[in-house]
Amino acid sequence: MNSRSGTAGLPAAMARNESAAGARRRRRLTPGRIGLYAFLFGAALFFLLPLYVMIVTSLKSMDEIRAGGIFALPLAATLEPWRQAWSTVCTGAACEGLRTGFRNSVAIAVPSTVLPILVGAVNGYALSFWRPRYANLLFGVLMAGAFVPVQVMIYPLVRVMALAGVFGSLPAIVLVHLVFGMPMMTLLFRNYYCSVPHELFQAARVDGAGFWRIFLRIMLPMSLPIIVVAAIIQVTGVWNDYILGLVFAGRENLPMTVQLNNVINTTTGTRLYNVNMAATILTALVPLALYFGSGRWFVRGIAAGAVKG
Amino acid sequence: MKIKRTLTPYAALLPMFVTVLVCYIGSAVWTLGMSMTASRTFPSRHFIGLAQYQRLFDNERWMLSLQNLAVYGLLFVLACLVIGFLLAVFIDQNVSGEGVLRTVFLYPYAMSFVATGLVWQWLLQPGDGIDSAVRALGWQGFRLDWLVDQDMAIYTVVIATVWQASGLVMALMLAGLRGVDPEIRKAARLDGIPAWRVYLQIVLPMMWPTVATILLLLSTAVVKLYDAVVAMTQGGPGTASEVPAKFIMDHLFLRSNVGLASAGAVVLLVPVLALFAPYAYARSRKEAA
Repeated sequence: MNSRSGTAGLPAAMARNESAAGARRRRRLTPGRIGLYAFLFGAALFFLLPLYVMIVTSLKSMDEIRAGGIFALPLAATLEPWRQAWSTVCTGAACEGLRTGFRNSVAIAVPSTVLPILVGAVNGYALSFWRPRYANLLFGVLMAGAFVPVQVMIYPLVRVMALAGVFGSLPAIVLVHLVFGMPMMTLLFRNYYCSVPHELFQAARVDGAGFWRIFLRIMLPMSLPIIVVAAIIQVTGVWNDYILGLVFAGRENLPMTVQLNNVINTTTGTRLYNVNMAATILTALVPLALYFGSGRWFVRGIAAGAVKG
Repeated sequence: MKIKRTLTPYAALLPMFVTVLVCYIGSAVWTLGMSMTASRTFPSRHFIGLAQYQRLFDNERWMLSLQNLAVYGLLFVLACLVIGFLLAVFIDQNVSGEGVLRTVFLYPYAMSFVATGLVWQWLLQPGDGIDSAVRALGWQGFRLDWLVDQDMAIYTVVIATVWQASGLVMALMLAGLRGVDPEIRKAARLDGIPAWRVYLQIVLPMMWPTVATILLLLSTAVVKLYDAVVAMTQGGPGTASEVPAKFIMDHLFLRSNVGLASAGAVVLLVPVLALFAPYAYARSRKEAA
């Protein structure tokens, strides 16, 4: 799990070869090349199909969905399903739409991103430069914890939080996201700081700077790239989380994913596919926007974080 | 002054110490302990040895969920590896529009398992989704009702999650491919070895660390499989697409059988540690070298 030996070094290779590939001259179109493009085109269609169906379904009325096929373009496009999904659909007992879920998810995601990044940065810094005794062993266990299904730890955490009187609240879900986000955040910053020249740290030590001073004045200001990567990973992870929000957030703070699942799977009566698909897009919108907006950063993040996943 | 200086790093790492010792190890040990008690809704101290494990493996629903996990895991990992590798190799052929293609193959990975499951639930909805669309095209005998078919439901989860995750495998494979020294490929080509053999027999073995990482990622995702099943089939029809993670959650929070659920959780822990240990060992040896 070292930046130079692991997957964290891959994005650089990715970027380097990309420009080289562009510089090479284009080849002539042979039957093999045509087959190649046909395969890639077919695969792209398969990957885009669900997105296309989601969008067109969300723009149709239920009558049109019953009359036409799933792939047909909407004849009379309407935004009514979107309005319903946002403000009137039933997400359980309440029928106020997904906007409450959206608000809850934002309220959860902001502290659940800031805190783990701060803790991860301090951990990574301490592990890379100060190397306290036994810390690397603990780091190993921390990383192992990232691979363990949460079911192994979930019930004791529920009991302890209930005893402390915080179970089913915003602080509870933020704390749980901190606990389960820590391996990834620590790994990212540890690998990043491993590539910082050690002489920089030594020079600051010689000048008499202490633990926090070096961290705040030297390390943190040059951590911006990794902070962006960490934020993308953490926001996406927290936003897409279902199981932790379901168990720990409490009825008042259920995140959007849980409410979306309620909309579609626990309501009775006729299924409003158009509203369901609008609701699904709305829920996926934040991570998708992050992905399409940040492009290369997202890829860099998942490649760097691939060790945990 | 000297004492303060040496203590500060420990103090700074306190959250990590607490997380590892209390939240991870402490919780896991507590779960292990509860798996040997007759705990129902609340933890009990009544020690009953390994009886819960015996009950677990006599439980039809648990055995079915293990069987589903095996089938799902095998197909999911294989499909992701094959599709991811093919996409990476094809993209690596100096194609135009590489950036667009990569974006298209990877975007599902930004979506949650819940959203993924719900989209595919709609696509595969018998009578409304692809099922009726293909019939409307004129193929009258076409039936696609896997979602409500006891024997096929688990395969719908495979399709949805492969769609979600194979782009990630593609991105990692592509990075791995490009990490291999291009001179080696050039040399092999000069020797007249066909391209597919170069990839399969020379390049693929050379990028084994990437493949190992991907395998570890995919197999832990398999063990954790929960959201996608809940969103897509709710474990149904009946219990046909039940998986262990869902079995444990149901017995913890709906069926108040904490003892049995804990035993299930411990059983899940075993393959994860068995997968992680050799990986961590290989990594630490490499780091030491």
